[in-house]
Amino acid sequence: MALEAGDRLDKESRMRALLAMVKIRLAEEEIQNLFMANLVRGTTHLAIGQEACSAGVALALCEGDSVTCTYRGHGHALALGMSLRALMAEMMGKESGACRGRGGSMHMTDKSIGLLGANAIVGAQLPIAMGAALTAQVKGTGAIAVTFFGDGAANIGLFHESLNMASVWKLPVLFICENNLYGEYSPIRETTPIDDIADRAGAYAMPGVIVDGQDVEAVQAATAAAAARARNGEGPALLELKTYRYGGHSRSDTGPYRKPGELAHWQERDPIDMLAARMYSDGELDQEEFLEIKDALAQEVFAAVEWAKAEPFPPPQSLADYVYASD
Amino acid sequence: MRRMTYRQAVTEAIAAEMRRDDSVVFFGEDVAKPGGVFKVTPGIYEEFGPVRVRDTPISEQAIIGTALGAAITGLRPIAELMFADFIPVAMDQIVNQVAKYRFMSGGQFTVPLTIRASQGGGGGFGTQHSQCAESWLMNFPGLKLAVPATPADMYGLLRAAIRDDDPVIVLEHKSLYNLVGDVDLEAAPGELGKAEIVRPGQDLTLVATQQMLHRALEAAESLAEDGISPEVIDLRTLVPLDGETILRSVQGTSRLLIVEEAPRLGGWGANVAALVADEGLFHLDAPIKRVNMENALIAYSPALEDEIIPNARKIEEAVRQLLSET
Ligand SMILES: Cc1ncc(C[n+]2csc(CCOP(=O)(O)OP(=O)(O)O)c2C)c(N)n1
Ligand SMILES: [Mg+2]
Repeated sequence: MALEAGDRLDKESRMRALLAMVKIRLAEEEIQNLFMANLVRGTTHLAIGQEACSAGVALALCEGDSVTCTYRGHGHALALGMSLRALMAEMMGKESGACRGRGGSMHMTDKSIGLLGANAIVGAQLPIAMGAALTAQVKGTGAIAVTFFGDGAANIGLFHESLNMASVWKLPVLFICENNLYGEYSPIRETTPIDDIADRAGAYAMPGVIVDGQDVEAVQAATAAAAARARNGEGPALLELKTYRYGGHSRSDTGPYRKPGELAHWQERDPIDMLAARMYSDGELDQEEFLEIKDALAQEVFAAVEWAKAEPFPPPQSLADYVYASD
Repeated sequence: MRRMTYRQAVTEAIAAEMRRDDSVVFFGEDVAKPGGVFKVTPGIYEEFGPVRVRDTPISEQAIIGTALGAAITGLRPIAELMFADFIPVAMDQIVNQVAKYRFMSGGQFTVPLTIRASQGGGGGFGTQHSQCAESWLMNFPGLKLAVPATPADMYGLLRAAIRDDDPVIVLEHKSLYNLVGDVDLEAAPGELGKAEIVRPGQDLTLVATQQMLHRALEAAESLAEDGISPEVIDLRTLVPLDGETILRSVQGTSRLLIVEEAPRLGGWGANVAALVADEGLFHLDAPIKRVNMENALIAYSPALEDEIIPNARKIEEAVRQLLSET
């Protein structure tokens, strides 16, 4: 089965994608500042450069669909519709955060938008999405589930268990690999004997599709095609989005292990610039409008951060809340 | 009332909950068409069909992860892991996912998930198929842990586990599958976190679970002939732990002996001992004692397996020793 990418979106959808990607980038740049200012603790993993993946997939999903993703998940949360306030408050461990401060950067979760959770154990989120797909299958809701993971996660044993079982049960679930060429500090070519993770799909009798992960329209189209197939009872698919993170793996990693020129090469195909350029040439956007959009979103991010800073932490006596259903 | 085996009580409990609630689904390795490797679930697949009852690939992590995802999106799954010795294969999903999912989300989800597995020694299954898993699983807030010892409790506690909105691991002791008892199929589900005094007595408190409970009762019977009267408590669930019943009993008997089918180091009995040392020390007339397995492993040879797992004779000796010390 060939899933054809390359369909073009209408102006409205393009605008939604553009807004989502710019919002993600600005929010994550601000998160890095907050980290450096010690307002965000522990660690944080940015997806700057990978925005088309989360934005493109989100555009292809419907209400009622479910998503699990990784610790590199701020973009997925925002693309699915998490509010900037809930995100920023969670980053700072505040009671009004998406997870009431219990989750933090690596566990962004918002049931109301179908985000079942970001996971900090590599690969652990795959079967959790399958469970949501099982619910959809048992109840006949027509919903699907999507799980995002990295190239590194494709070497986790659970990747094999999950794709195999999802295929045998024909679960309506999409396995979406964001191949950013590195797992932590190790280049994929040193940990994985093949270049394309999508090649593994054949072993599970499901379509494996390589997608330009910098092209939000290609991501949307490939996802929509696989989603239609899954909704139709034809089972799972593996999508491999070729992408790149501009920053390091986490925190203050500057990425010294990268080849010289590699970053600049990928930045030439920046997902936001690529879409904006297309919209300019199709007369759907001009530079002034784009500046206004960026300005407005920057204001929104700034306001959310200022709001979150002033929010209270969870009360210390609530430390044992939410462990059991009765708490 | 119906007389049935512990094994049948599992089947009846699953069937009863699946009849009552459409959202209950059941899956695991060889549980559907084959009816389980211990023939614990025959007929479930035939009654409820292939959508709700499924055989899985041999993929313990995927089984638990899928069950978790289903639990947080509206189903009430029962996932079977066959031998409890395979729990470590799925440990990340149990410990980092199932136990933490509600908490990490700030209470956005409940996790109404039941995990069943069959545990315990005495069957000649060798080192990798004979362990008791409960002590491994007690250090993870978010999980509940049931260890039923009778057909009636199996029926009651398994149904309670399925209805519970938290993840409950129900460990079935495989030496008890053929144990027969009366079960009231119309009874309300059991209560997680309630121990039971199964034999009242005055001279000391014996705390045990599952196979060890039955051996403690055997020892108590024999001790009674010499006028010694132990009070025997079946804990039934380890999380939550019914400390109140233990403390009240110790208050009456002044002595405590804990019997566990587990190595001494890190066994659940240490927690019971610590609880009583903490909150009941002044009830005691003698040191708290434990009968355990040595810090050694279960061998295949019956001569060694029978030796390492505590039996009624060893329990009896420990009781006499404890009473002679005061
Ligand atoms: C099971 C497990 N092993 C190791 C880690 C440490 N770790 C965190 S992220 C990461 C790299 C994962 O790479 P990839 O799957 O490509 O995702 P990316 O970070 O590139 O998005 C590693 C090794 C972990 N969190 N979980
Ligand atoms: Mg990677």
